[in-house]
Amino acid sequence: MDISQLDLSRLQFATTTIYHFLFVPITIGLAFLVAVLQTMWFRSQDPALRKLTRFFGRLLVINIAIGVVTGIVQEFEFGMNWSQYSRFVGDVFGAPLAMEGLGAFFLESTFLGLWLFGWDILPRRVHLATIWAVAFGAALSAGFIMAANSWMQHPVGYEINASTGRPELTSIGALFTNPVFVWGYAHVLLASLVTGTLLVLSVSAWQVRRGTSPEVFVRSMMLALALLLPVSAVTLGVGSHLGVIETTYQPMKVAAMEGQWDTCAPCSFSAAQVGGWTSDDQQATKIIEIPHLLSILATGSLDGQVVGLNELQAQYQQKYGPGDYIPNVFIQYWSMRVMAYLGSVLPLLGLWGLWLWRRHKLTSARLFLWVSTWAFLAPFAMNTAGWLLTENGRQPWVVQGLLRTKDGNSPSVSLAEVALSLGIFWVLYLALGAVWGFLMLRFARRPLDEDAEDPAAPDDPDSLFPRSPALTY
Amino acid sequence: MSLDVLWFIIIAVFWTGFFVLEGFDFGVGVLHQVVGRTDTERRVAINAIGPLWDGNEVWLIVGGAAIFAAFPSWYATWFSAGYLALMLVIVALILRGVSFEWRAKLDTDRWRGTWSWALTIGSLLTPLLLGVALGDLLAGLPIDSSQEFTGTFWDLLTPYGLWLGLTLLVLCASHGATFLGLRTTGPVVVRSRELARRLGVPTLVCVAVYAVWTVAISDAGAWRILAAAVPVVAAAAAVVLVRAERGGQAFAASALTVGGVVAALFANLYPAVLVSSTSAANTLTVADTAASHYALTVMTWVAVAVFPLVLLYQGWSYWVFRARISAPPDPAGDTGQLRPAGRRPRG
Repeated sequence: MDISQLDLSRLQFATTTIYHFLFVPITIGLAFLVAVLQTMWFRSQDPALRKLTRFFGRLLVINIAIGVVTGIVQEFEFGMNWSQYSRFVGDVFGAPLAMEGLGAFFLESTFLGLWLFGWDILPRRVHLATIWAVAFGAALSAGFIMAANSWMQHPVGYEINASTGRPELTSIGALFTNPVFVWGYAHVLLASLVTGTLLVLSVSAWQVRRGTSPEVFVRSMMLALALLLPVSAVTLGVGSHLGVIETTYQPMKVAAMEGQWDTCAPCSFSAAQVGGWTSDDQQATKIIEIPHLLSILATGSLDGQVVGLNELQAQYQQKYGPGDYIPNVFIQYWSMRVMAYLGSVLPLLGLWGLWLWRRHKLTSARLFLWVSTWAFLAPFAMNTAGWLLTENGRQPWVVQGLLRTKDGNSPSVSLAEVALSLGIFWVLYLALGAVWGFLMLRFARRPLDEDAEDPAAPDDPDSLFPRSPALTY
Repeated sequence: MSLDVLWFIIIAVFWTGFFVLEGFDFGVGVLHQVVGRTDTERRVAINAIGPLWDGNEVWLIVGGAAIFAAFPSWYATWFSAGYLALMLVIVALILRGVSFEWRAKLDTDRWRGTWSWALTIGSLLTPLLLGVALGDLLAGLPIDSSQEFTGTFWDLLTPYGLWLGLTLLVLCASHGATFLGLRTTGPVVVRSRELARRLGVPTLVCVAVYAVWTVAISDAGAWRILAAAVPVVAAAAAVVLVRAERGGQAFAASALTVGGVVAALFANLYPAVLVSSTSAANTLTVADTAASHYALTVMTWVAVAVFPLVLLYQGWSYWVFRARISAPPDPAGDTGQLRPAGRRPRG
């Protein structure tokens, strides 16, 4: 098999994006939860809540560090690996990107510094406001990025300039009222909240199970549980409505995620299938089929029609000329199911927790605590699957209907250069991931004793200075 | 003034602001192992920039994104041409960024030493490489008529670009030393001031050569020569002020030097944005790489509305952390935090 520069550039972009998006949802979600914890502490003055704020704040910081630096990579890569794309879309795509920096990233990073170092300096009320600014900035940042991304899914608010052949922005408002953006952004924000919530639930459950300050960690667990059921249920709902939106604007994406080769009405949903992944192998062995469900998911109506891949391929060929317009069906099919199946289980976990809470059994339900501890893995799988579903489903387009991925890469960059950079990314990201995992585990499992840096490490006998706190460098 | 010229100026302001602000924290990153012999001293140095570096780095992010948005073809050509160099910048920025947050998380010499080196190397490589990349804009790269780079990695190493990289690295170091002279106490401040004194003359030499070189390779006009002269005068003033131990004024002079060097580049570049060494006809200019009028209008409104606010809160964060960082023996302290001298915790 011949590997081209384009293949490696795609692999590199996928690697760096998916990696970046492991940390972004934690940052957004956890920043919000830490802000809530600090607000609760501010109101009640209860020292236990201050400890919890600092405990989860540390996890947030470990995570923000890697989230921010991997985000810089994304901005650079557009120009580095995708120069033809950047040249083509800059007029439209660049605007939300620049706004992200100006309007959101400045906010997040400046106030993160104020929050981290302001504990003993700022008045408490002002210090509380800084963590809210961080949380708000992180969420806002995702908004601008999603507006840019949604434009690639469903281009709006532009006109093709006749002399350059490139799209030019005609309505910035259209970018932010794009239905794919509105529902996609809501979905990402909610999914991030679910991620943050599950992380807090998981860490708290582990701590409660270990019996380290269970009376304190049960409170963060209760906060997480109060959010989990409503937030995960709404995420599921918004996600499924996003499916309906995408059926309208990107029918190919939806047909591929169902492995639906032939047009159907009403359509049944297959829970799992073997085969049926390529146009040469369209016959799938469906394991369980649920009548009407696909029609409901894709169109919102019981007997709605879902246009199949074959018919769409024919339509696209007529419209855009010869070519293969079908994305990788296997990836689409399974990433959608990973997301949907785990997404359906999470509200049940929330329900279970609320039921135990009501019966005052939260700290003694071993099985629930065990399941909750491991539940943190779910959002990673779901967020990655969601990203694959969205981006793979748009192929072969980089901007739906306007620019093909193969026409977007950088002609001046050689195969060897991309191979080298990809190798560097893999080594670097593996190493960073290992350190990140090590630090997260270490700090998530530490007992909750004041602000001591590291009780396990010995004091430096030569030092007159007391150990420094964890929140400074 | 037309909007594309305005955005060229805005971009120049972002890059200038980036080097003025992040310049001193690059310098602190490079020097923290020199001015700090013990872990605590090193942390005094790092904590002096701790709350500020992240906000400073956003100037680069916005400087890059603004080029993407306002001059898409400039962004596309420049970033894809500098592929390997920018890859190294990314690695450097990653190492630097995580080292700040992760260094204190374990209390062993090996862990802290490793992250200290990550910080040093990251802080050293970034201004050097970005300096080369900026210098290449004016020195010229092989660009063909379809705006694509036709050279190899070695073509990026233009003598002028390398000199600007070196100049910015030395400048960042002396800017950082001057900053630490203002913001720390104890042995760190003594060593920082000594370093700032020693770096003064080499900095002045670098800047002077850069200024002459810049004027030599661009179409000299009175205001271009003036733009190139500003950092030379500022660097000379910094030498005098550092020796006179006027910390605040010395820092202002070194800030003006760094800013002047970057601003002089943009002043001498205009109306080009990326010179083609292949043919003058292939040179990318402000006019022919600019985004549409509507896109620039929208961004202008956003910048007018948001940027003053950014300056306000970023300025406030500098005000909040204005006190010197010290590490006094403080047996009564409950947390032993490296806190600004003369302040008591309130919460």
